[in-house]
Amino acid sequence: MTLAPSPASRGTVLAALGAVRPPLSVVAEAECLAAFETDAYIQVRETPLAAVLPESEAEVIALVRALAPIGVPVVTRGAGTGISGGAIPHADGVLAVLTRLRAIVRIDAAARLAVVEPGVPNAQVSEAARPAGLHFAPDPSSQVVSTIGGNIAENAGGVHCLKYGLTVHNVLGVRLVDGEGELLEIGGEALDAPGYDLLALVTGSEGNLGLITRATLRLLPRPESTQTVLAAFDTVKAGAEAVGAIIGAGLVPAALEMMDRVVIDACERYMALGLPKADALLLVEVDGGREEAGEALGQVEALLAAAGATEVRVAKDDDERAKLWKSRKGAFAALASVLPDYYTMDGTIPRRALPEVLEAVYALGREYGLTIGNVFHAGDGNMHPCIFYDATKPGEFERSEELGGKILELCIDHGGTITGEHGVGLEKLKQMCLQFREGEIAAFHDVKRVFDPAGILNPGKAVPTLKRCAEWGGMHVRAGRVPRPDIPRF
Amino acid sequence: MSDFIAQIAERVREHAARKSPLRIRGGGTKDFLGATGAGEPLDLSSYAGIVAYEPRELVLTVRAGTRISDIERALEAEGQMLPFEPPRFGEAATIGGTVACNLSGPRRPYAGAARDFVLGARIVNGKGEDLSFGGRVIKNVAGYDVSRLMAGAFGTLGVLTELSFKVLPRPAAEATLAFEMDEAAMIEAVNRWAGQPLPLSATAWESGVLRVRLSGAASAVAAARAKLGGADVPEGADYWQSLREQALPFFGGDAPLWRLSVAQTAEPLGLTMPQLVEWGGGQRWLRGEAELGPMRDAAQKARGHATRFRGGERTAGVFHPLAPAIAKIHRRLKEAFDPAGILNPGRMDNF
Repeated sequence: MTLAPSPASRGTVLAALGAVRPPLSVVAEAECLAAFETDAYIQVRETPLAAVLPESEAEVIALVRALAPIGVPVVTRGAGTGISGGAIPHADGVLAVLTRLRAIVRIDAAARLAVVEPGVPNAQVSEAARPAGLHFAPDPSSQVVSTIGGNIAENAGGVHCLKYGLTVHNVLGVRLVDGEGELLEIGGEALDAPGYDLLALVTGSEGNLGLITRATLRLLPRPESTQTVLAAFDTVKAGAEAVGAIIGAGLVPAALEMMDRVVIDACERYMALGLPKADALLLVEVDGGREEAGEALGQVEALLAAAGATEVRVAKDDDERAKLWKSRKGAFAALASVLPDYYTMDGTIPRRALPEVLEAVYALGREYGLTIGNVFHAGDGNMHPCIFYDATKPGEFERSEELGGKILELCIDHGGTITGEHGVGLEKLKQMCLQFREGEIAAFHDVKRVFDPAGILNPGKAVPTLKRCAEWGGMHVRAGRVPRPDIPRF
Repeated sequence: MSDFIAQIAERVREHAARKSPLRIRGGGTKDFLGATGAGEPLDLSSYAGIVAYEPRELVLTVRAGTRISDIERALEAEGQMLPFEPPRFGEAATIGGTVACNLSGPRRPYAGAARDFVLGARIVNGKGEDLSFGGRVIKNVAGYDVSRLMAGAFGTLGVLTELSFKVLPRPAAEATLAFEMDEAAMIEAVNRWAGQPLPLSATAWESGVLRVRLSGAASAVAAARAKLGGADVPEGADYWQSLREQALPFFGGDAPLWRLSVAQTAEPLGLTMPQLVEWGGGQRWLRGEAELGPMRDAAQKARGHATRFRGGERTAGVFHPLAPAIAKIHRRLKEAFDPAGILNPGRMDNF
C-alpha cells in the first residue's frame, strides 16, 4: 500500500523550503498558485501548499531532501499537457515545476543522441537535431509544448509508434532523483546497462518513482522520403479492415491514422479542408529511402483500392502532405466545435477487434444519449473515442465519465488495455482495478516503495490502493474472460 | 490458472517457506552465462507452445518453455520474425531463457533489443504468486513496466511463464557488403552511416574487415548497395548466422570471452587482445585472460560496462559493479519480488 503521509502544516512546509540554501524559487501566494491547479485533465483542480521552480539538478535534490523527512507529497509537473491528471497538485503537498530546466545540453550528431533537461519541449529536440539530419521519433500531438520529462514520465506515444516505437524505445538514459533525494544514473550512452532494466521501469511511471533531471535520447535519421495517402471509406469497418490488409501484406507504415464521421465533419466545419465525404478516413504514411517509400506507396494504393476505398488522395509534395495531416493534427481542436466540452479516452485493443469494439462504443453513446467521435492510431489499435458533453447541463459530465469507464471496460474485455499512451493518472484509477488483480496492484506498490519508501512522490496517482479497489467492487476481467458473465456489472 | 503454472507456484511457495534456492531452467543452453547459480532445478522446458499468434496483429504470445527454433518456424511461415534476432547457443534454447538474459543478435542496434519487443509477461514471483504484467497490445502504459523489467533479470525477480512480443515482417531483401578498414575508420563509418536513412541491419568488424548487412525493400537494398560500395559477400547470410550463434572462428577455443557494451562512437579500446566489434561499435567482444580491473576501466572509459560473457572465473564479478544508489534499488527490488531470495540466487553476482 502507498503510505499516506500525515499532512504537515503549511508553515512547516514553507519553513522547510525556506531553509534550503541556496534559496529555491518558491511560489506560495494563492493567486499565483492558481496557474498550477490543474493540468489538461481540467475536470479536477487542486491548490498545492506551494510550487517550486528548481533551476538545477542540485535544487531538485535539495527540494526532495527538504520534504522527504517531513513526509510532504511532491508532484512533478512539466508543461501540464497530460490529460489523465498526473500533474494535478496534492492539497497537502508541493508542486515541483521543472520547466526552468530547459537546456539542450548537447546534440551528438555522430552518436545520434541528445542530452536534454526535462523541461525541454519535445519538438525542440527534433528542431535542434534537424541540421544533423536527425530527429526524436516520439511525437505526441502536444509535442510543441509537452516536455521531455513529461513524455518519459508518461511513456508518450504519438502517430509514428508502429514503426518507431514509444518513448521507452527512444530513451537511452535518465538521471532521476528518487523519493529519498538520491540521484540515480540509469542507462547512458551504451545500448544496455548492467543489472535490472530500471530505465524501462521508470519510463511511464507517472512521477511516482522519481523526478527526471536529465535524459539521453536516441535520435534517428530523418527519412529521405515520406509518402502520405488519404483514403475514404463508406464504413468504419471497411477502414479498419484496410488497416489489417496493409499490415498483413508485410508493410509497416510510419503512421496509420483513422477518423470517423463525427471527426471528419468537425474538421470540415472548423478548417474547411475539402475532405472527402465519408464515414471513415484513413491516413497512411510510409517512409524510408526514396525507392523504398515509392515502392511502399504503390503497394498501399493497391491495397486501399482492393479494400474498397471510395477515394484515395496521394500527397504530391510537402505542402500537400501538411494539408492531409492538418485534419488529423487539428482534429482535437476541431472537436471543440461539436460541443463545448469533450472527454478523450485512450483504450487500446487488438486491432482485429476494432470494428466490433467501435460498434459497441457507438451503441454505448446512443444508450447514454451522448455523441462520440473517434480519432485514433489505427495501426496500434489505440483508440481515442471523444465523448461530447455540455458541462453546464447538470449531470452530463458525470454521465460522460460513466460512459468513458464503460468504454475502458470494453477494451479490457477485448484483451486490450485502459491506456495506450495517456497514462492512468487520477482519471483511470478505477479501471486499473479491473485490468489488474490484487497481486499485480500489490506488486506495483512494492515497486513504488523501492524508489519512494515514504510514498511522497505523486501519491494517489497511477496505481489505486487495494482499499479503493475493494470499495469500487474490485472486479477482475482477464484476457476477455469476465468472471460470472451472468451478473450485470455496475 | 493452468495446472502447470499452479504447480510452479506451489513449488516456489514451498521453497520460499524453507528458503531453499531454485535454479530456473529452460533448454539448459545458457548455463555458461552469468554467475554460477545454485539450487534445485525448476524445469520450464515442458511448458511450451504458442498461446496466440495473429500475424496481422504483429503480436505473439508463447509459453516460456517454447523453443526459439519453433517460434521462428511459426513466424517464418507467415513472413515474420523476432526482430531482435536472438542467439540460441543450442537447439534447445527457449524464449524464457532468451528474455531472462535479454539476449539480442546482430540486428539489435537497428531494430531494438529483446526488451524492446516484450509486450507482456506472466510470471511467478518469489512468493509463488501468478502475476501478469503488460499485455498483448502494442501500446500499453497501464501500471509500471514490470514485463520489461524481467528482460535481463536472469530469473532473479520471477519465473517467466508466458511472454507476449511485438513481431515484424521479414525484410524482402538482404545483402552483405565487405570493406577493408582499420578500427578507427570503421567506428567512424558505421556511425556515420547509421545517421543516414540507410537500411542497415547489422555490422561486424574483425581483422581489418568490416561487414555490413542491409535489409529492407529490394529497391532500398539495391540503392544502399550502390551508395556504399564495398565488395559483395555472397555467403553473407551464413556469416551473420555464425556471428549470432558465436560459431565464427573468433569465438572458438577456451580463452575467456569478454563483452564490452560501450558507446557506439567510443574510440578503439586499445587492448592488446583479439577483438570483434559489432552493433555499430556498441558491442565489442574480446578474447583472452585478463584482469577484471583493466577490462572494467576500459569499458567505463568507453562509457559502458564489461561482462565476463563466457569462460574464466564465474563465481563472482561476472557483471560490471553497480553504482551504490543503483545497487540500493536492485537490493530492494529483489527483496520485493523474491523476499526469501530463492530465485536463481547469485546468478547476477549479488542478486
